[in-house]
Amino acid sequence: MVTGIFIAVGVIFLGRLFQLQVLDPTYKEYATNNVLRKVVQYPARGLVYDRNGELLVYNQAAYDLLVTPREVVRFDTLTLCSLVDITIEEFRQKFQEARAYSSYKPSVIVKQISPEKYAVLQEHLYKLKGFYIQPRTLRQYPKPLAAHVLGYVGEVTRDITANDPYYQSGDYIGISGIEKTYEKELRGKKGVKYFLVDVHNRMQGSYLDGRADSAAQIGKNLVLTIDARLQEYAEQLMKNKKGSIVAIDPATGEVLAMVSTPNYDPNLLVGRQRGNNYAALAADSLKPLFNRSLMAQYPPGSTFKMANALVALQEGVITPYTEYYCAHGYHVGNFTVGCHHEQSFRVENSISQSCNAYYCYIFRAILENPKYGGVKQGYEAWREYMLRLGFGRVLNTDFANELKGLIPSSDYYQKYVYRNARWRALPIISLSIGQGEIGITPLQMANHTALIANRGYYYIPHVVKEIEGQPIDVRFKTPVSSGIDSSWFRPVINGMEKVMQPGGTGAMSWVPGISVCGKTGTAQNPHGSDHSVFMAFAPKDNPRIALSVYVENGIWGSTYAAPIASLVIEKYLNDTISASRQWLEKSMMQANLLNPIQILRRGEEE
Amino acid sequence: MARRNNIWASIDWLTVVVYLILVFLGWINIYAAVYNEEHQSIFDISQRYGKQLIWIGAALLLGFFILLIDTNFYVFFSWFFYGLVILLLVLVLVAGTEVNGSRSWFLIGGFQFQPSEFAKFATALALSKKMSSFNFRLSRKQSLLQVLAIILAPVVLIMFQPDTGSAIVFLSFVLVLYREGLSGVVLFFGALIVLLFLLSLLVPNYILLMVLFVGALVAHYVLNLRIRPVFRGLLIAAGVVSTLYAANRLLDAGFSNEVVVLAGTLACAVGFTVWIARLRIRRSYIVSLLFFASVLFTYSVDFVFQNVLEKHHQSRINELLGIQSDPLGAGYNVNQSKIAIGSGGFFGKGFLNGTQTKFNFVPEQSTDFIFCTVGEEWGFVGAGVVMALFVYLFIRLIMLAERQRSVFSRVYGYSVSIILFFHFVVNVGMTIGLMPVIGIPLPFFSYGGSSLWAFTILLFVFLRLDASRLDKLV
Repeated sequence: MVTGIFIAVGVIFLGRLFQLQVLDPTYKEYATNNVLRKVVQYPARGLVYDRNGELLVYNQAAYDLLVTPREVVRFDTLTLCSLVDITIEEFRQKFQEARAYSSYKPSVIVKQISPEKYAVLQEHLYKLKGFYIQPRTLRQYPKPLAAHVLGYVGEVTRDITANDPYYQSGDYIGISGIEKTYEKELRGKKGVKYFLVDVHNRMQGSYLDGRADSAAQIGKNLVLTIDARLQEYAEQLMKNKKGSIVAIDPATGEVLAMVSTPNYDPNLLVGRQRGNNYAALAADSLKPLFNRSLMAQYPPGSTFKMANALVALQEGVITPYTEYYCAHGYHVGNFTVGCHHEQSFRVENSISQSCNAYYCYIFRAILENPKYGGVKQGYEAWREYMLRLGFGRVLNTDFANELKGLIPSSDYYQKYVYRNARWRALPIISLSIGQGEIGITPLQMANHTALIANRGYYYIPHVVKEIEGQPIDVRFKTPVSSGIDSSWFRPVINGMEKVMQPGGTGAMSWVPGISVCGKTGTAQNPHGSDHSVFMAFAPKDNPRIALSVYVENGIWGSTYAAPIASLVIEKYLNDTISASRQWLEKSMMQANLLNPIQILRRGEEE
Repeated sequence: MARRNNIWASIDWLTVVVYLILVFLGWINIYAAVYNEEHQSIFDISQRYGKQLIWIGAALLLGFFILLIDTNFYVFFSWFFYGLVILLLVLVLVAGTEVNGSRSWFLIGGFQFQPSEFAKFATALALSKKMSSFNFRLSRKQSLLQVLAIILAPVVLIMFQPDTGSAIVFLSFVLVLYREGLSGVVLFFGALIVLLFLLSLLVPNYILLMVLFVGALVAHYVLNLRIRPVFRGLLIAAGVVSTLYAANRLLDAGFSNEVVVLAGTLACAVGFTVWIARLRIRRSYIVSLLFFASVLFTYSVDFVFQNVLEKHHQSRINELLGIQSDPLGAGYNVNQSKIAIGSGGFFGKGFLNGTQTKFNFVPEQSTDFIFCTVGEEWGFVGAGVVMALFVYLFIRLIMLAERQRSVFSRVYGYSVSIILFFHFVVNVGMTIGLMPVIGIPLPFFSYGGSSLWAFTILLFVFLRLDASRLDKLV
């Protein structure tokens, strides 16, 4: 019985083999032209426009030269090398590498040949057996603008090809900026064509008459929220300064401009010189590749005062009419926080005159609020508010590499400040005036400003306005509440308005005809001069722009950050700078805050 | 000393020669499958063919030592081996390395080791030990349960890895049980279940239902040799179904054809059963029971198929049955494999001339799809010779098993032959498109140390048992 099964199976299998190998002609057809070659069709990446339809990123054709070593017959190496601009040694080395990889499969031998060179090369291609051309596209930028927002593309790493089956070695992928966050939309979909190839690897036509092929789909075009003209103007203002500007439309959360300086020309990170240029930028001590808007975490200084005032009002520990007296500072026993007034303050003028003492009083009142039964619990409640005001956490924007900043947890202070001691307000009182262990990114500060401008809520900042044929993520259309009643914003915003008026700290940056609400700040810098910080929104009613400006080593908020912010606001709202302020524009554009020795060194490199 | 000479003289050298030929053919086909110009030497140990040579050398040494060891060793330590393998199968779930989503391998210092390969050997030993024990009767329920436990323990553990391919191999032990007196009814039911499973996927359930109904009536006729009730049953059923169909249409009740046929046929079947109950024909009960069980099974298959099997298993079975054709997706391996074998023609393309092989169109060429290389380069003639060698080996092993005087050796011999046969059927069947793609190696051919050693141990232990079959009864 068992032996019978063996023989039966043997006979069935033998019959099947006979059918496959001798009778059935379909497999014979494959035997004559029996292998498939897969040719990948690369789609062009999507284009990128600004909010007014100005083109920011487009594509330029480039051509890769591929070789299949087995098919190569004798050819004129010298001509080929001169056509594609490489040395014979380079060519030999590349050819060896290709052969080491596979003599049957094509490998790239010269990357990104320009269309002009390709036109000539094409004439000679018929003499070069075994060489093929693969069309690719490269990114191009009409203006050297918004490099950090746009980001750049580069070849995939081995890590990526190992983890994502979509990518093959040699493919491009967005590495930073929107190229990274919107990679899936921008890249389109690769297509595939199958060809039948004979024993000698010559193409014999399409496989299954092209029924198995798939066409490449061009990437989707993006419209950014960025206003290219405002972006360009802001970049001009920040020239020769280290720092950042982030401007947001508070009514929508759309980012109108995002500047991080020093910056670079995005065209540098394209094409055959990309590697060298990237290395030079990465080695630059001024860190032009570093996006300060998202990744620099500054202590906010006095720009933090509105947040504390709002929490104190919401918690009911003060009213808009509560007064505290500043006696050249805040004094408890031997402990002093310095200030320069000798008068009483309410919320409103404490902001316009930036009184430190006032904030020590109210911060302490928040922490010692009897409702929480302890300073630690009071601190935790305060920290919860800070998170809701947009600090100390990632905002979940569509920017790549967004950092969350720092609002320390109570565990941190327990471990490093209080240890076994009882929690008291004084050791952390500097948080009241935005100093100490706080880190806030320019983006978070701009978003916080938008929140104040909206009297209590914000839309998650985002940089993409439209994706061709599909809506942007619903999270950008949903307002996020801060948990603070809109009525408490009145005294705070009135104070911010007075900042810009005579007697306020930002009076020098007053813009005629526009009611700007702002706040100056000085961010402590342990490594050198303090940073100049300013936050502002305008107009006071129905705000259209909210922004944060950081100028590193600019010392006072009123010296650089405030004038620059006022110019950006005036430019955006009025389109021109009034005659009385042209001198200010000129002096800001010409101001040079970079270390002179570094400037010298940069000059030599260029 | 005299005894050892005896051993060498009584070894079945014919089997050894067939084994050596198969191993050698496997090696040169691995060479052809992964051949590349940079490493032309077949002894290059940086390549798979060089490594396979090392595995082969080690396997031969292993075989030699197995022949040196006394038979009693294997009999005595059967349970020990079985216990050890079970322990390893448990350990591999915890400490194994995950490859392609299953934990089947130990990775020790660059070497891979797959305990499930050795589980077949250990299970065969344990089965032989159990079935040769003093008070063992397959007809007793307790004995049958013990045997099933021995077989199923490794199956369950291997399913946890999960490695369905290796687990399925253990099904083949049913054939061994059959030789040892398991009722043919079990085999019949097994075959019926497989057939129903396939048919229920291939044809709509309600058509299958009608076929089953007719089949049941035919069975009644065969058992009772009375044709009239059969005709009557058919007529009534046709009448009931078509009346229901017409009623459904006219009254616009909106039931699907499936429901109509199901209701009609089942009603008739119940009526029929009641009617024969009055006639008191006992054998007919069984037929009716079988009919209802089959219907139930048919409807549960769909459920199992959709909810229990994994996606890639579903698509492989669908591909095999021609339900879905996706030559660039799930069916890619099989399609390319058939092209490779089919393009070989009658005499083949010749050694190292297989183009399908060169272009790596068939995946896993040196392991699971090694038979493609044979088919492509050696053609119908070569593939036929290899198949003949295998079938000869299986038959030879059965002959050897039958001449044993001890139950232990006979059961073990059958196990060896049938395990090897099962691998052969599934593996070769897969490459020629007669079996779904289940990744189990072709014995002695496929690249890989674990499987080659496990098959060598399996075979040579039997050769050792056979060589001393006349010594004494175990």
